[in-house]
Amino acid sequence: MRRLETRWGILMALPAILGFLIFTIGPMAASAFFSLTDWTIGASPSFVGLDNYTAMVGDELFWASLTTTTYYTLGSVPLVLIVSFAVAMLLNQKARGLAVWRTIFYLPTLVPAIANVVLWIWIFNPDFGLLNSLLRQGGLPASQWIYAESTAVPSLIIMSTWGFGNTMVIFLAGLQGVPRHLYEAVSIDGGGPFRRFWHVTLPMMTPTIFYNLVVGVVGTFQVFNQAYVMTEGGPNHATLFYVYYLFRKAFTESEMGYASALAWTLFMIIMVVTFLMFRNARRWVYYEMAGAR
Amino acid sequence: MTAVAAPDRPRAKGVAPTQGLRRPRRYGRILLYAALVAGSIPTLLPFVWLVRSALMQDSQMFVSPPEWIPAPFQWSNFSEALTTQPFDRYFVNTLVIAVISVLGTVLTCSVAAFSFSRLRWRGRDVVFALLLSGVMLPYAVTLIPTFVMWQELGALDTIAPLTVPSWFAGAGGGVFNIFLLRQFFLTIPFELDEAAYIDGASPWRVFWTIVMPLSKPAIIVVTIFTFIGTWNDFLGPLLYLQSEENYTLSLGLASFQSMYLTQWGYLMAASAAVIAPIIALFFFLQRYFIEGVTLTGIKN
Repeated sequence: MRRLETRWGILMALPAILGFLIFTIGPMAASAFFSLTDWTIGASPSFVGLDNYTAMVGDELFWASLTTTTYYTLGSVPLVLIVSFAVAMLLNQKARGLAVWRTIFYLPTLVPAIANVVLWIWIFNPDFGLLNSLLRQGGLPASQWIYAESTAVPSLIIMSTWGFGNTMVIFLAGLQGVPRHLYEAVSIDGGGPFRRFWHVTLPMMTPTIFYNLVVGVVGTFQVFNQAYVMTEGGPNHATLFYVYYLFRKAFTESEMGYASALAWTLFMIIMVVTFLMFRNARRWVYYEMAGAR
Repeated sequence: MTAVAAPDRPRAKGVAPTQGLRRPRRYGRILLYAALVAGSIPTLLPFVWLVRSALMQDSQMFVSPPEWIPAPFQWSNFSEALTTQPFDRYFVNTLVIAVISVLGTVLTCSVAAFSFSRLRWRGRDVVFALLLSGVMLPYAVTLIPTFVMWQELGALDTIAPLTVPSWFAGAGGGVFNIFLLRQFFLTIPFELDEAAYIDGASPWRVFWTIVMPLSKPAIIVVTIFTFIGTWNDFLGPLLYLQSEENYTLSLGLASFQSMYLTQWGYLMAASAAVIAPIIALFFFLQRYFIEGVTLTGIKN
């Protein structure tokens, strides 16, 4: 049996292991090598050491893209977390027609990225778009949205909040895992909804909040579609997101070596940020089983 | 819960407990529905805006204050938008890629999850941990070498780069699916396997006839996530597909948008047509989806 298990075990894990080697480890190593070369497709790569990395220090657009991306992450992630948590709390109540409500709130997440972008270009249209129409009707000043430097990234942050569905679903799953008896305990002690939330829901949800935080940060660091289809990085590089800049270097300017260095730098930034989040998590993430494990 | 607590607690003075509870409850109900309605307005408004724009003549679209009801309903936007580009072909292309990817992902990921959860072999946990570590890798790192690899293989402008990785447990993002399925498999009693092995079943048989049928909710979740993921993918087709006849819906819509920048009626009709199938699919599967996500306990 033991032998049989080993044989089948490896056989059944084989597609995953091969996939990891072919589509993750291999490209990772290749990309690390490319990042040390000067290389345009068609020619052969020539080794330049760390030149690509040192060139980044003086590359204004690199810094611009990093700043823009960080700005977007700092704006979008907290907003999405708060909105999706609030909606998940609502959907965790016993309301009539719960399935319908859940579908309504998940709907925006289903919209294909490009359809989403096309729709929002129209919503942001300064003359006849939905947002300015509403603002004008309310007697408020209109905005240039994605067409002005100062409002372009905030506009995209608003747009990102519309797609909070996946984060919300994970919060919902987390909320359903909070043990009933803890709420009962608070009720018996005379605690109201606020205390139930503050002393039970929030602490029990910290692992889920942490998970969504990490996934959110890692995800927003890699935005691409909006910049590519919606704004082409403009106006005046205001929405030059990191991965869009990388894409442009690689596939428009054909500087594969430099683009690979950009990719590795992004990887390192994400690693450092994630590491810091994990370290900080010890202070506020509550694991029920912490003692047992 | 009151039934359990009642016997050892003295009754509140004068007030029957049910009366004390009912009032805040009813207010709570009203508040809850008010919040649900208020919350769904900003969620749904863009859809309403999309549909009304898709059914309007351009002249009606550009008036201020905006009108919400198309007059007349311009149904021809749909037929015209969908014939200026072969969206039916894009639809079939997208569907083919999505179906092949879903089949590959579900099959290879669940097989791997079975191995990582219910078969013991040396090095198993190390291998699994290694696979999991790949989740942190930004796709940008593998993007360029993977592109070069497919180019060297002469596979540009075919569906291979968009489908083959899914048959290797979805590559990259697939690890999440393996993780999710493994979590679910761990909740199925191991006695079932042992009984089957005593009867002489092979691991494959245990996987296929015992574990898989019991794992429908988890498999539905992976199916929906993978389907939506491939259906909505833009960067992949953008990199690998070149000739228009191979385009997916996302690519078609993107090129449509750059071509008909001013034809808002057409654009909105085309967008609505791209969105509709995925919403229909979700509508039929949503019950299993929410249930499955809850059961698989994605958190942690």
